[in-house]
Amino acid sequence: MTSAIELQDLRKSFGPTEIIRGVNLTIEEGERHAIIGPNGAGKSTLFHLISGRYNVSGGSVKLHGENISNLPPFEIYRKGLSRSFQVTNIFPNMSVFENVRCGLMWVKDYKYSFWHLVDRQRELNERTAEVIEEIGLTSRQHIPAGVLTYAEQRALEIGIAAAGGADVIMLDEPTAGMSHSETDQAIALIRKITVGKTLVMVEHDMGVVFDLADRISVLVYGEIIASDTPENIRNSKAVQEAYLGAEAEE
Amino acid sequence: MSEIAKTSSSAASRPLLKTLTPWIGFLILLLALPNIFSSNSGLYTMNLMGIFIIFALSYNMLLGQGGMLSFGHAVYFGLGGFMSVHFMNYIEDGAFVFPMYLIPIFGGLIGLVFGIIIGSFSTRRAGTVFAMISLGVGELMASSSLIFVAFFGGEEGVSGDRTTGPELAGINFGQDIHIYYLIAAWVFVTVTLMYLFSRTPAGRMANAVRDNAERAEFVGYSQRKVRFVSFCASGFFAGIAGGLFALNFEIVTEENLNALTSGTVLLMAYIGGVGFFIGPIVGAVLFTLLQSILSNYTDIWQLYVGILFVLTVMYVPQGLTGIIVMHSAAWRMKRLGSLILPYIRIGIPALAMLAGIAAFLETIHHVRTAFEGDTLMSLMGIEFDSHGVVSWIVILALVFVGGFLTRMQLRQLRDAWETANKPPAQTEGSGS
Repeated sequence: MTSAIELQDLRKSFGPTEIIRGVNLTIEEGERHAIIGPNGAGKSTLFHLISGRYNVSGGSVKLHGENISNLPPFEIYRKGLSRSFQVTNIFPNMSVFENVRCGLMWVKDYKYSFWHLVDRQRELNERTAEVIEEIGLTSRQHIPAGVLTYAEQRALEIGIAAAGGADVIMLDEPTAGMSHSETDQAIALIRKITVGKTLVMVEHDMGVVFDLADRISVLVYGEIIASDTPENIRNSKAVQEAYLGAEAEE
Repeated sequence: MSEIAKTSSSAASRPLLKTLTPWIGFLILLLALPNIFSSNSGLYTMNLMGIFIIFALSYNMLLGQGGMLSFGHAVYFGLGGFMSVHFMNYIEDGAFVFPMYLIPIFGGLIGLVFGIIIGSFSTRRAGTVFAMISLGVGELMASSSLIFVAFFGGEEGVSGDRTTGPELAGINFGQDIHIYYLIAAWVFVTVTLMYLFSRTPAGRMANAVRDNAERAEFVGYSQRKVRFVSFCASGFFAGIAGGLFALNFEIVTEENLNALTSGTVLLMAYIGGVGFFIGPIVGAVLFTLLQSILSNYTDIWQLYVGILFVLTVMYVPQGLTGIIVMHSAAWRMKRLGSLILPYIRIGIPALAMLAGIAAFLETIHHVRTAFEGDTLMSLMGIEFDSHGVVSWIVILALVFVGGFLTRMQLRQLRDAWETANKPPAQTEGSGS
């Protein structure tokens, strides 16, 4: 069986500055994998490289054994990798319902059709309603996404990413800026939508990380210094020095 | 049909009759209008209106629906028109047998072909790059129209005759009323099709790409292809409008594909409101009315249209339709009546100010353009001396006193507005 994501000597430079400096990482299918690391370590950059937002400077990204380096985002999405964003990235003038529906149209094979009327596609709309139910926004589905509260927008962000049923889901700091109760709800939501799927997430909240992840990778200055189970990461000296300890000192 | 964002799954289950009501009303209106305005100038204005409605709606497929600011939309309108008028001449010569009333389809196909060619490179980017390319292509076409005289007919344009070719039930469209009904039929069909387009996956994703092109790529859509599909559809409908123009006026000139026409369509769509499907219809109707009525009264009507445009951009970017929609919350709560008095209170001084500004502009215009020694001018039936001190004092008093009183009344209007819109948990709807 091939692994869900395989990074081989992945590199990314912006001008003379190398942000990602040779990352090797394998994420198995069905795994919940968290990437942690101090600010500026390159976690988001790594996400952008995998999901196609940035072109890679060197090395390769493989999705289910297929090389996807430098493919445009929409082609990577079509191969079954979907992601959310750290900064909320939704369609602000469209209703919540339409936001989620946009996340479903391609996988439901509508493509660029101008001969289907979206309101008449029963299955599409029913599935959309289901996803909205899951993210708990049913009562807000007709209002423009731009006027939702921050926590609601974060939930919508995850909903759009998960709607299409991609088998690899990447979440970039899904609980950033949330209160405790909102975080708990978000964790429950993430658990629900990633059953039987591969999850890769960047997260700052260690509670969330140790709660959700099967494995954790620690990224420091563009390199993975450890990739192991939460238990071993917690006890690893190298990690404590490079990251956890450094944070405690602050 | 006014608000696109609102519709959703519930639209599918909505009773068919309710969905169809605005369309039936629209159809009845189109059929009834020539009975109300049966004069020649009335028909002329309505014909132009119909053509501009299609043109402005096709433009809004780019600007409002797809977030593409085009400065060269007249290209598809004009080329559709030129090709159509040439085709009409071929029909007249007997080279083809083709019914005249279907000419707009031909214009549309021409618009589509050029949409495909130009869209293939111009839709790569949105924003400034797209705007600049559209401007460049527009200028290119406008200048070739004066160079390739054989095709574009130089300054006098190309004329044709719509009364030849196979007839439809004995009607050869020689009369204005016939061409009105032909245009009305085309307006109805194309408006319906453009509305339906906005409800297809391609149309929905056009909105999504407008809102957030990057995210659209992360749900499987190439932003470039989404824009390309809208662009082609837009070219098609603009070409239909051009074909109708050729049929209606039986002449197409260089002016129909130059920057002036491109600017006009932008103006119409924007004044009407690009955020609403019906916005450009409102804009096209209003613009045509201003053009045909205001121009009877004043030489500087374009200045007024320009001022209206600037004011719209500055103060009501959601357009005239936006102003109407803004009142829907108060309307639903049955509080619209409480706004009537505040509107009258601010309306009177505001009207005085506007009258003063208009008088100011007209008088300056008179001073600048009237013959030497001709100082007597007339406005709204009032005769006065355009060089006289008293006239100027009255004009300036109107402007400043009116302006001051309008300002004074702003506060009470704002309060009244807030009272009228105080929510019992009301949600603000914004169009898409």
